[in-house]
Amino acid sequence: MIAVVDYHKGNLMSVERGIEAAGGTACITDDADVIARADGIVLPGVGAFADASATMQELGQLAVIRERIAAGVPFLGICLGMHLLFEEGMEGALDEDDEESSHNAPGLAVLPGVVAKMPKTDAAGTAYKIPHVGWNTVAFAEDSPLFDGIPEGEYFYFTHSYIAPSGPFVVGETTHSVTFPSAVQYDDACFGVQFHPEKSSDAGAALLRNFVRIVEGR
Amino acid sequence: MLAKRVIPCMDVKDGRVVKGVNFVNLRDAGDPIELAQRYDAERADEVVFLDITATSDDRATTVELASHASEQLHLPYCVGGGFRSVADIRRMIAAGADKVSVNSAAVANPQLISDAAYAFGTQAILCAIDAKQVAGNSNKWEVYVHGGRKATGIDAVEWAQEAARRGAGEILLTSMDRDGSREGFDCALTRAVARTVDIPVIASGGVGKLEHFAQGILEGEADAVLAASVFHFGEFTIRQVKEHMASCGIPVRL
Repeated sequence: MIAVVDYHKGNLMSVERGIEAAGGTACITDDADVIARADGIVLPGVGAFADASATMQELGQLAVIRERIAAGVPFLGICLGMHLLFEEGMEGALDEDDEESSHNAPGLAVLPGVVAKMPKTDAAGTAYKIPHVGWNTVAFAEDSPLFDGIPEGEYFYFTHSYIAPSGPFVVGETTHSVTFPSAVQYDDACFGVQFHPEKSSDAGAALLRNFVRIVEGR
Repeated sequence: MLAKRVIPCMDVKDGRVVKGVNFVNLRDAGDPIELAQRYDAERADEVVFLDITATSDDRATTVELASHASEQLHLPYCVGGGFRSVADIRRMIAAGADKVSVNSAAVANPQLISDAAYAFGTQAILCAIDAKQVAGNSNKWEVYVHGGRKATGIDAVEWAQEAARRGAGEILLTSMDRDGSREGFDCALTRAVARTVDIPVIASGGVGKLEHFAQGILEGEADAVLAASVFHFGEFTIRQVKEHMASCGIPVRL
């Protein structure tokens, strides 16, 4: 069973349906005990970082998920769910525009760094529309089982204003105003994607099937 | 590179798709979910369901539609029409809508955009604007509300700016002059708004030919193009539109 973590910020039905259509058994739950027993964990992306982090802490989800990832249980974070893999996030924090702020909200800290706002201009000063919303391509930086059978340059659906920091954990990259991590991987089975596979038509369905296969392979 | 989006819009009344020509005559074009699935298969980038009943008693049908859509569609969708409060919007988001569009109620109470963006994130809130050129002034457009029936005296470009400042994530901009005319988007209006706001602008109203879609992007500087009847009645497929756009050098998801 794959736990779809509910942190009370929105509808998770499309994520649940996506996993079931991919051949998995999904269970939407906010219960830390259920998450602890799951064969796989999906952390969907709804709401803002600070808000989600606070609710997850309150419900005991952060600690359990951190522990299960360390134990090698397959994990997929989607959009905000990917952001939450990092140490801190600026979205929705008190001094959101102050990069030196100590008010950033804490994430799972599986990966290092701070999730910050996407710049509005590129290096040449050209303005870009933020939020980055719509279909964009993913360039593979590293081989990842998450992208098995998916051609390089396939389009996925994005909608976000914040981006994850870069590092050796990046397996896919996308370019808008800047090139940013659109897929990350920690160890063998912990993944994060900036786009929404459950909203990415056939390509997204293929990615979810890969994740379900990874869960079943354990 | 971010693809320019092609978005079929379905006007929905009592759970069925209809399309008003100049907002008046309605024709039936089928079941919204079935139609949306057809568009998904044709690689539409998202779909919009616009509830034109917009009375509170019929709202339940639309909430139901949103919830079926979240079960059956694998592409993003937006629901618009008749939201008056954050509570109305919450019901739709809870049913599974990725985005909602607000129009008349936001003009009456701009705080609705701020509150909704705070509650659900800017990416979830579209501000729909129906604009009509001011007589005798080709560079000025006025905002109309209540399905285009009521003039407000508000400047469309200024209103788009305020909506963006308050946290709208996109502007869905419909030209009242062009809607149903098949003469193409009002590119001057679209460009005026697109150059003013730093959020994506969806051009709407007036498509009759394939070339019009590319014009909306290249001349109107829109981030996405929206149309209804030309898709519903099978005049163009999404693929035809995208192939034509690609032949004009526009990045699209084919």
